Amino acid sequence: MTGALENGDSLIIFPEGTRNTTDEKMLPFKSGLYHLAKANRSVELVPVWIDNLHRVLPKGEIIPVPLACTVTYGDAIELNYGESKDSFIARAEAALRRTGKVDQEVHA
Amino acid sequence: MNNSRGDLLMLLGGVGFILIVATLIGQWLSNKHQGSEPSPVIDNLNARIAAWWAMVVLLGLSFLFGKAGVIVLFGICSFAALREFATLTNTDRADHWALAASFYIVLPIQYALIWYEWYGLYSIFIPVYAFLLLPIAAAMRGKTDRFLVRVAETQWALMITVFCASHVPALLNLDIPGYEGRHVLLIAYLVVVVQISDVLQYVWGKLLGKTKIAPKLSPSKTVEGAVGGIASATLIGAGLFWMTPFTWYESAGLSFVICIMGFLGGLVLSAIKRDRGVKDWGHLIAGHGGFIDRMDSVLFSAPVFFHLVRYGWDISP
Repeated sequence: MTGALENGDSLIIFPEGTRNTTDEKMLPFKSGLYHLAKANRSVELVPVWIDNLHRVLPKGEIIPVPLACTVTYGDAIELNYGESKDSFIARAEAALRRTGKVDQEVHA
Repeated sequence: MNNSRGDLLMLLGGVGFILIVATLIGQWLSNKHQGSEPSPVIDNLNARIAAWWAMVVLLGLSFLFGKAGVIVLFGICSFAALREFATLTNTDRADHWALAASFYIVLPIQYALIWYEWYGLYSIFIPVYAFLLLPIAAAMRGKTDRFLVRVAETQWALMITVFCASHVPALLNLDIPGYEGRHVLLIAYLVVVVQISDVLQYVWGKLLGKTKIAPKLSPSKTVEGAVGGIASATLIGAGLFWMTPFTWYESAGLSFVICIMGFLGGLVLSAIKRDRGVKDWGHLIAGHGGFIDRMDSVLFSAPVFFHLVRYGWDISP
C-alpha cells in the first residue's frame, strides 16, 4: 500500500476493516489506518461518508435494492508527530462521524 | 382518432403556449435580478418551469406510443418515486426481501395487470396481496424491532408510489361509449387540471397569501392561495369539458374533487417529509426537488378520479 502511495496514487481505505452488520452507524476503526499514516507522513487522509450503502446491499444478500446513496467528503486530517495510536484513531473516528453527521442524525 | 389527435394537439398547443410565456417571464425575472442577492423564489420558479417542460414533453411523447408508452412512462415514474420514498424510510436489512420484492416483483406485476386490463386484480393487488405478503417476508427474517413501523412504511411506499401512480394509465382501460380512442385525453385532463391547480395555488398564494393553513407542515401554503388556486383550476377544468366525456358542470365537479385531493395529498406528503426531517423528496440531488415533489398532487387524485369516472361513465359489467 505504501508503494502505491509513493507512486502518487490515491488509496481508498475502509478503516472499519469489515462490513457493518450491526445497528451502529459506524464500527470502531482498526489500527491499520494509523500504521499507514505513520509510514506515509505526507499523505492527507480525507474522511468519506457513504450513506445508505448497507441498505442497498446488506452483507449476505444477492439482490441490491436501488436506494439513493450519498457520498460526503470531510476535511482532511493528518497524523501529528508523536501522536499515539489511540489518540489518532479516536480523532479519525471523530472526523468521520462529523462528516457523516452521525451524532446529529434526524432520522429515528 | 383524428378527432382525438386534433383535441390533443390543441391542448398541447395551449399548454406549450402557457409554458413559453412562463419561461419568458422566468428568464426576464432572473435577468432583472442578476447581480443582486440570489433569489430562492425566482430559482424555485425556474426549476418548476423546467420540470413542467419535462413533464409535458415526456407525456406528449408517451401519448405517441399509445398505451404501451403511457404504461412504461408511469412505470418508470413509480420506480423513481418508490426509490425516493424507500430511501427515506426506517427499513433495515431485515426488510431487504420485502424491499427487493417491492421494486422487482410488485411494481412490474401492477403495471402488467394494467396492461392486461385486469381491473379486478390491479385494484386490490397492492392493498390485499402486497399488504399481506410483504410483512410475511419481513417477519421471516425474525427481527421484531420497530416491526410495525417498518412494514407500514413499505406498504405506504407501495400504495403512494405504485398503486396511486398506476391509476393514471389505468384510465386508458375505461370503457366509455362514444369516447373510443380518446382516452389519452382523460390522462391529459387529469394531469393538466391538477398541475394547473398547483401552479395557481402558488400564484394566488404569492399575490394574496396571508393566512397560513398549516404552518408546521407547509409554510408556503395559505388559505388565499388554496381557495383561489382550487377555484380557478376548477373553472379551467370546466372549460376543458370538450376533451372529456363529461358535460361542463360534471367536468367542474370532477375538477373540484381532483384539485382538493391534490391539495390534501400535498399536505400529507409534506407531513411525511417533515417527519423524516427533509425539505424535498429528492434532497439527495442538490438543488432539485424529487420526483414525488412534482407528482404528489397527481398521486392523490388519480385513484379517486379513476373510480369516479368508472362508476359514472364506464359501461363494462
